Amino acid sequence: MTADTTLANPVDIAYLITAICFIVGLSRLSSPKTARLGNRISALGMLIAVVAVLTQGIVNWIVVGVALVIGAAVGIVSAQRVKMTAMPQMVALFNGAGGGAAALVAAGELLKLYHTGQPITYDVSFTSVLSAVIGALSFAGSIIAFLKLQEVMTGRPITYPGQQVVNALLLLAILVSWGFVVAGSPYALNYFFVALGCAFVLGILFVLPIGGADMPVVISLLNSFTGLAAAATGFVLGNSVLIIAGALVGASGTLLTVLMGRAMNRSITNVLFGAFGAIKTTAAAGAAKQHNVRSVSADDVAAMLAYANEVIVVPGYGMAVAQAQHSIRELEDQLEKRGVEVKYAIHPVAGRMPGHMNVLLAEANVPYTSLYDMDEINPEFERADVALVVGANDVTNPAARTDKTSPIYGMPILDVDKAANVVVLKRSMNSGFAGIDNPLFDDPKTVMLFGDAKKSIDGVVAGVKALS
Amino acid sequence: MTAHLLTELTIFILAVFVGFEVISKVPTTLHTPLMSATNAIHGIVLVGAILVAGVVDTPYNAILGFILVVLASLNVFGGYTVTERMLQMFRPKAPAPKREDAG
Repeated sequence: MTADTTLANPVDIAYLITAICFIVGLSRLSSPKTARLGNRISALGMLIAVVAVLTQGIVNWIVVGVALVIGAAVGIVSAQRVKMTAMPQMVALFNGAGGGAAALVAAGELLKLYHTGQPITYDVSFTSVLSAVIGALSFAGSIIAFLKLQEVMTGRPITYPGQQVVNALLLLAILVSWGFVVAGSPYALNYFFVALGCAFVLGILFVLPIGGADMPVVISLLNSFTGLAAAATGFVLGNSVLIIAGALVGASGTLLTVLMGRAMNRSITNVLFGAFGAIKTTAAAGAAKQHNVRSVSADDVAAMLAYANEVIVVPGYGMAVAQAQHSIRELEDQLEKRGVEVKYAIHPVAGRMPGHMNVLLAEANVPYTSLYDMDEINPEFERADVALVVGANDVTNPAARTDKTSPIYGMPILDVDKAANVVVLKRSMNSGFAGIDNPLFDDPKTVMLFGDAKKSIDGVVAGVKALS
Repeated sequence: MTAHLLTELTIFILAVFVGFEVISKVPTTLHTPLMSATNAIHGIVLVGAILVAGVVDTPYNAILGFILVVLASLNVFGGYTVTERMLQMFRPKAPAPKREDAG
């Protein structure tokens, strides 16, 4: 055996540096202090890879250049304009763009090989279908997730009879076409597009029945899919930086999916195929329970909070909808001025994506050191004078601990009911999104302040100010 | 399976392990920026997109490639910008000067 003395291609060396930048960048996300630098290192890696690929004998400079400028302009402008409350939609959209691009790169590469008459290996045909299928799934799924989050279409689960059968048939069609492509059928290209199309439809159908409250799981899963699609594209092109980057993203998305599933005490299959929301809705309809709640005014709440020693704020999706984070921060300032200790309890699935509440509170200048995870804060509720629930519902529902018939039985919750007093800010007594009955509202130590969360908090702030 | 594919598979699997190791150290408070940072990273398909668009000069490649590069660069630039915007909001406990209108 002779030693391989071929010199490494400089482009491949550039790709290696890119991969290192990505890994270092991600590892810097382990602390908010180093995270910004990490993001820049990662961006530098991306720049290196793009410059490297531009040296690879580009002939269509105009096409590449114009497309780059358009994509960059739209991307940067929309990223700067988007409101923090709309972040889940934004992430879904970028995710879809990445997934769609990965699928089409595989298609483009396959087309190129066909039209230039080059031999297509089993490896390439197998991985190109893989990339196209996962990418198209992610693209279509992300678009539906975006439409649901943007409230263009209902966030409620959309179900129809025979859903699972249709999905199974689509999956079968994908697998059969995949087989034909790999087997080198004369119509391989047609089968490739059949697989691509079926994956697209499947992507739509698999997100449709998933309700808004399950979005953190779905967003994470779609993130993971796009990563895997990028990695598969790397196999098609024989490009290691795509493989490494895709693997990193896939691992990240998978880990988040598992974490979110665990925080809801549900398996991923249950989230995807359980049509959870549908069960919930029927359960709620069956048990239209009469509530016996105490409704109070903003001034009453202000007095409760102002004379407390410790207040724990429990934000939920309602805070995001009402954009109440800035008002909450103001309330915190007023209370701290009076010597009240304010902490925030963050449930892992509060909101519509992992870490959603943290970003919103960060936007309102709440230091991240005041935010506590569920495990850290739960023992603290016993010592708290007031738990202030702002637009959160299921994650505070004590039925999850005791009621075996409840759809959320077994889900870890924030022990809000252990606090001396509970104030729940809620739009109305409607069963709301999830439609699950919450016995917390009937608890004698719970009071309800109805109305838009932002207006309610502003009223409480005015009340606290009036007391001093 | 070719030897080449096996090598690539090895890279992939090792990278998955590195990914799990690195990501599991990210605190929950940064999970949204993490999603958007990884979003930006999968924009690396831009490399593939540029190859499809630019290297072979046929009409369908130009059209497909154009769409591709737009999608992928949207992903890259948007992803990094939004991550940067988010990360600059995370502050430790310090009496940050209060803005009148934080919008």
